[in-house]
Amino acid sequence: MQIEQFLENSARHFPDKTALVCGEQRFTYREIERISNRFARALKANGIRRGDRVVACMDNCSEAVFSIFAILKAGAVFVMVDHTTKSDRLQFILNDCGATALILPEEKMKTLGGLLDGSPCLQVVCLTDTKGALPGEGMQQFMSLSQILENSDSNDEAPPKECIDADLAALIYTSGTTGRPKGVMLTHLNMITAADSVISYLGNNANDVILNVLRLSYSYGLYQVLTGFLVGATVILERSITYPYLLFDKISKEGVTAFPLVPTIAALLLHYDLKQHDLSSLRYITSAGAALPRTLSRRLRDMLPHAQIFVMYGQTECKRISYLPPDQLDLRPDSVGIAIPNEEVYIVDEHDRPVGPGVVGELVVRGSHVMKGYWGLPEESERVLRPDPVTGERVLHTGDLFRMDHEGYLYFVSRGDDIIKTRGEKVSPKEIEDVLYLMEGVLEAAVIGVPEEILGQSIKAYVALGENFHVSKQELLRHCAKHLEDFKIPQQVEFRAALPKNGNGKIDRNELRSTMETPA
Amino acid sequence: MEHIERELRKFVIDNFLFGEGETGLSNEDSFLEKGLVDSMGILTLVAFVQEKYAITVADGDLVPEHWDSVKRIAEFVQSKMAITR
Repeated sequence: MQIEQFLENSARHFPDKTALVCGEQRFTYREIERISNRFARALKANGIRRGDRVVACMDNCSEAVFSIFAILKAGAVFVMVDHTTKSDRLQFILNDCGATALILPEEKMKTLGGLLDGSPCLQVVCLTDTKGALPGEGMQQFMSLSQILENSDSNDEAPPKECIDADLAALIYTSGTTGRPKGVMLTHLNMITAADSVISYLGNNANDVILNVLRLSYSYGLYQVLTGFLVGATVILERSITYPYLLFDKISKEGVTAFPLVPTIAALLLHYDLKQHDLSSLRYITSAGAALPRTLSRRLRDMLPHAQIFVMYGQTECKRISYLPPDQLDLRPDSVGIAIPNEEVYIVDEHDRPVGPGVVGELVVRGSHVMKGYWGLPEESERVLRPDPVTGERVLHTGDLFRMDHEGYLYFVSRGDDIIKTRGEKVSPKEIEDVLYLMEGVLEAAVIGVPEEILGQSIKAYVALGENFHVSKQELLRHCAKHLEDFKIPQQVEFRAALPKNGNGKIDRNELRSTMETPA
Repeated sequence: MEHIERELRKFVIDNFLFGEGETGLSNEDSFLEKGLVDSMGILTLVAFVQEKYAITVADGDLVPEHWDSVKRIAEFVQSKMAITR
């Protein structure tokens, strides 16, 4: 079995059912199948081969869904990158995974400057929306998705299958402590296992209408499309939650049954009076990405008493680890739940020996959904995928500290690293510090996460400037905005004459945390 | 109207463009298309507008027709102020 068969099977069983809604656009399963077959054949005709990495850089749009399935149908590996990604990070990813093709809208292409020249592996650039002439010169060959779709002579049959389920299906880039993005390698089997497990505990079926406001570059958002297509549901993709009023309208008009959230979005939505809207179609809400504070889960339930609330925990490295059955929310409000179906979890001490109930240790995950490693990083992969002492099977060491009760419920204790969780996203302090150091005059920089009601954690930067340098907070943030996606830009900046150091001469984050000023 | 646009423009540039935008932002530019203001940004704008112009913004007013550019907000604020008066 391969992931593109989620679409192929649903196109067979529910050809005329609405599969995807993006703004005013609506597509049936048959249409998406036809479009992605045609697109896959065009990719292959342009030289894309089995196992090639193809990067798709776009927001939550129909072309993103066509790209995912076309890349898989061509036997290649898809790499979704958000459209807000700045060109230095995009270039890093292209070169890191040796992508042979890049799919993106023309508008985004225009902002990338000399990026193509610095990406030697890249052979094909596919613009999603170009109707006019394509650039003819340069190192890459250009193609246009809209032109491919307009060509009525094309073959709409699926290309012959070349892959097996042990082949890579996707790389999902995630933030690491080093600040360098890491490509999580996921096979078809990894992703199918995760999708099967998730739909079984959420009870997804063809009657579901899933409203997805999460980015497709993010595992949690991507899986809304995958699981939706697996069961033949309708998936509604939204680009933003800027106007929640429009979302509430959509929920009642489309009869949305499933609404996946991160706590930040839940907190934002709760600024509005949900009772004014008809949200009676909602069957469930899920929350992942960060811990859902008890006050938020209570308010969600008061506002939406008919909807089940699933609190979940996971890592990109295996997609999902645990879920709290909705009837346990009151009984175990601090738990992130039990292992998902078809997975084993346990807690180990510092010598990797399993510990008993109630003892704090590192959470270990075992199952067919566990990644194959980080692309091109064998040492880092070996550090987190360690052999089970008895069988030698590689199991995932999450780096997060947990304890487990007698009935298998997991309780998060702390992260094993400095990663900041903001808006449900992992952000590496190192990545932001590296950007701060690029600015002239910045002598020392350190970034920490500060608890914040809506964001979960907000980002605070401490900066010491060189003598005779004058840099304002705005100049510093403007500099950050040129190099970082919006959610990585610090909310607070504090200038200091010098930053505190520990015994090794390193900047002491704990000292900064303890002397933190309360935000104005 | 003009002074409202000017004040809103300054607020948007200071808060969402970190002070840079005197040349790049037009009062008609769509915040959504420019990726300038997200859901938290809208709440920040609403709080600013409510306090500065002493108007009340209802949930139902929070639609792109009223909030998606400096000009649209200015028009919205003016129409609200006219009702209040």
